[in-house]
Amino acid sequence: MNEKKELRLSIPKEEVLQPGHLACQGCGASLAMRYALKALGRDIIVDIPACCWAVIDGPFPYSATNIPIYHTAFETAAAVASGVSNGLKAIGNDHTTVMAWAGDGGTFDIGIQALSGAAERNDDIIYTVYDNEAYMNTGIQRSSATPHGAWTTTTPVKHYRKGWKKDLDSIMVAHGIPYLATASIAYPEDMIKKYLKAQKIKGTKFIHVYAPCPTGWKSDPAMTIHLAKMVVETNIFPLYEVENGKYKINIKPKNRKPLDEYLAMQGRFKHLPQEEIEYLQKTFDEKWEILLKKEEHFG
Amino acid sequence: MLLQLKLPSIRLNKEISVEEKKIELNKVDEFPPMPVSLGSMRVNKTSSWRNFRPIIDGEKCIGCGICWKFCPEPAIFPTNPPEVDYDYCKGCGICIANCPVDAITRQDETK
Amino acid sequence: MKTVMNGDFAASYGAMTSDVKFVAAYPITPQTLIVEKLSELVADGELDASFVKVESEHSAMAACIGAQAAGIRTFTATSSQGLLLMCEVLHWAARARLPIVLANVNRAIAPGWSIWADAQDSISQRDTGWMQVYAENNQDVYDSILMAYKIAEDNDVLLPMMVNLDAFFLSHTSEVVDLIDNDKAKEFLPAYDPEYKLDPNNPRAFGALTSPEHYFEFTYKMFEAMEVAKKKITQVGKEFGDIFGRYYDMTESYKIDDAETVLVTFGTIAGTAKESVDRLRKEGKKVGNLKIRVFRPFPTEQIIDALKNAKRVVVIDRDYSYGNEGAFYTEIKGALYDANLRIDTYGMIAGLGGRDVSTAVIKEIVEKAETSEPNKTYFIGVKR
Ligand SMILES: Cc1ncc(C[n+]2csc(CCOP(=O)(O)OP(=O)(O)O)c2C)c(N)n1
Ligand code: SF4
Ligand code: SF4
Ligand SMILES: [Mg+2]
Repeated sequence: MNEKKELRLSIPKEEVLQPGHLACQGCGASLAMRYALKALGRDIIVDIPACCWAVIDGPFPYSATNIPIYHTAFETAAAVASGVSNGLKAIGNDHTTVMAWAGDGGTFDIGIQALSGAAERNDDIIYTVYDNEAYMNTGIQRSSATPHGAWTTTTPVKHYRKGWKKDLDSIMVAHGIPYLATASIAYPEDMIKKYLKAQKIKGTKFIHVYAPCPTGWKSDPAMTIHLAKMVVETNIFPLYEVENGKYKINIKPKNRKPLDEYLAMQGRFKHLPQEEIEYLQKTFDEKWEILLKKEEHFG
Repeated sequence: MLLQLKLPSIRLNKEISVEEKKIELNKVDEFPPMPVSLGSMRVNKTSSWRNFRPIIDGEKCIGCGICWKFCPEPAIFPTNPPEVDYDYCKGCGICIANCPVDAITRQDETK
Repeated sequence: MKTVMNGDFAASYGAMTSDVKFVAAYPITPQTLIVEKLSELVADGELDASFVKVESEHSAMAACIGAQAAGIRTFTATSSQGLLLMCEVLHWAARARLPIVLANVNRAIAPGWSIWADAQDSISQRDTGWMQVYAENNQDVYDSILMAYKIAEDNDVLLPMMVNLDAFFLSHTSEVVDLIDNDKAKEFLPAYDPEYKLDPNNPRAFGALTSPEHYFEFTYKMFEAMEVAKKKITQVGKEFGDIFGRYYDMTESYKIDDAETVLVTFGTIAGTAKESVDRLRKEGKKVGNLKIRVFRPFPTEQIIDALKNAKRVVVIDRDYSYGNEGAFYTEIKGALYDANLRIDTYGMIAGLGGRDVSTAVIKEIVEKAETSEPNKTYFIGVKR
């Protein structure tokens, strides 16, 4: 075969996450960790509460990441990270990155108190929530990050989830933390840039990663990247940063895509009547307008 | 076998190597005091999860690296053309769905 | 250096003398003075440590878990409702084999709100895998914390330890405490340097999914560690005594050699009981006292040895295991049974919610035992 140039790489080549891990086929959460660690490297300590990632890294006596990982109680991700970070500082270690890595349930729901405490103290940690919009580890129950209209095992088709996903990002911004970013696994270059930035900032950094879950969303594992892209193109999950209170939207779709196609690709939305889809569309458009205004006023 | 892991981070003072073999703990005295990892999950060959295998056509491949970038395992080597690590590929189909020139096809696994 | 201080301050100075590098704590009466004193010591630079003012006891323990796992000596303090809030993470600390030391001010559980002495809080956390010490006085509080680190951090132990002190009777009562000089303390308690810790240069994942193939062995290892701890507690208590002149053990016998009636007590009640023993002996009653200083690991052997010649064993519990009897009472009977000792026992529940257990009350307890049916539980002082 004729000589070819090297493969084009837009993200770091080195892999910290190793194959053999236990994530389902096409799991967005495993990609999220793969990208985050590519940015953050190995001088890091990560704590993981109960969530899919408590399983993905592998059972005793193995680990797929081979970085220092601390498995912790469900609601303690932020507090344990605070302890590690402040403890290391007390013995003069200023270089090791400390990251809490939790699911949406461990963040929006049971862990919000500890997270709020850490953010209010501005402890020097990166807090990642990989958001798959339900309690997946325990078998797809709703969380307060589950979107309006979605099926879960505790919001069955007849009583699908009604009410809006908790606006945790705004709650975190209100804490006055130095850095908040949303990211999607369909945009690894953007995501890695955000982690590199977060690593350099002192204080609490909050990164909200959109991580599709084929198992829980009843979607085709092959479509994970497509979903993570469409959610940005439909303005359902805009990519933006808030640095010291200043908003910056990273991607503004020229023609925002209608959300029908995004919904149609997921079994969890297949029961939705047309008027609900219209309602969702209208509300997401309004939310996008609000975000634009925030950027305009606090940009 | 020892798995040498490259260090994207400059601050560590040594190369990290991780045991890549099945760890047998037959006696309680061999156990650490608490559950700590002693080896790499690479011992867990996930190929059996797969219903089909992606086949990369090296002639069609334009070397864009997209399949490598989006593989969640990761189970694609960043060579040109990329090569699938069939020990670990779970057959999710992401690489196939994202190849811009349709250079990857699925071949059913006969089990 | 001899100073007068309350039990809360003794706990704070105990942590300082132990050279802790990390404190995370949340205020609750009557532990508040510990948090305040430690804040002051850290702010004044007397204690070179990080103090994280967490938003709850739950996070206090979680943060201590994080720091201790990273190889840093930690301390926290709480009481009552706060200890209960920690429950899940208390288990976590123990199974993760983190030698955290916690001072717990024994206070009653609500409702009704009560800030007064009662051991229901720590007794209800008996099975969390923590070692438990019950202090009799403020010197005991201070010394126990220093010894706790030495015992807990032993490579063959690696278990967290809770030092309990009675609400107000110790926490807010001033007594003379002999403080140990920092250099001498360092000789006794070397710097913390654990073999297993979160270290990017030696990366490991801690606490992952553990199958039935392995989980059992980790519990067995805690059984082994508790057995080792029994010996270590005695050994460290003696070593401490040889250096600082104050000797400690898991139990302490007082005038039991010829005693017909032996009181079994813990915490401040043990102090009062000893005084009662002297008074009752003046009345011609052959009474002695066995203080249980360490409740976990349970000093079965020492208890059997101390009680084997008694005619009557009277256990005073400042706690009650709902639906059964006092927790100490149950366990003392278990120890006697192990040794085939069929002695008349009496379970005396007293002092709940801070009610005073004076020498008069103890006298009443002894008289009650002399005149009542054995092998039963009695609530002492209930208004009838
Ligand atoms: C205190 C406590 N309550 C409940 C659970 C059970 N539990 C484990 S993981 C989980 C859901 C996790 O959901 P999320 O944080 O969204 O992570 P995911 O599994 O979706 O990755 C629950 C409810 C627990 N481990 N601890
Ligand atoms: S259930 Fe969902 S989030 Fe969990 S491992 Fe599977 S795909 Fe990933
Ligand atoms: S099918 Fe999935 S697991 Fe296999 S190489 Fe492609 S992206 Fe990786
Ligand atoms: Mg989730």
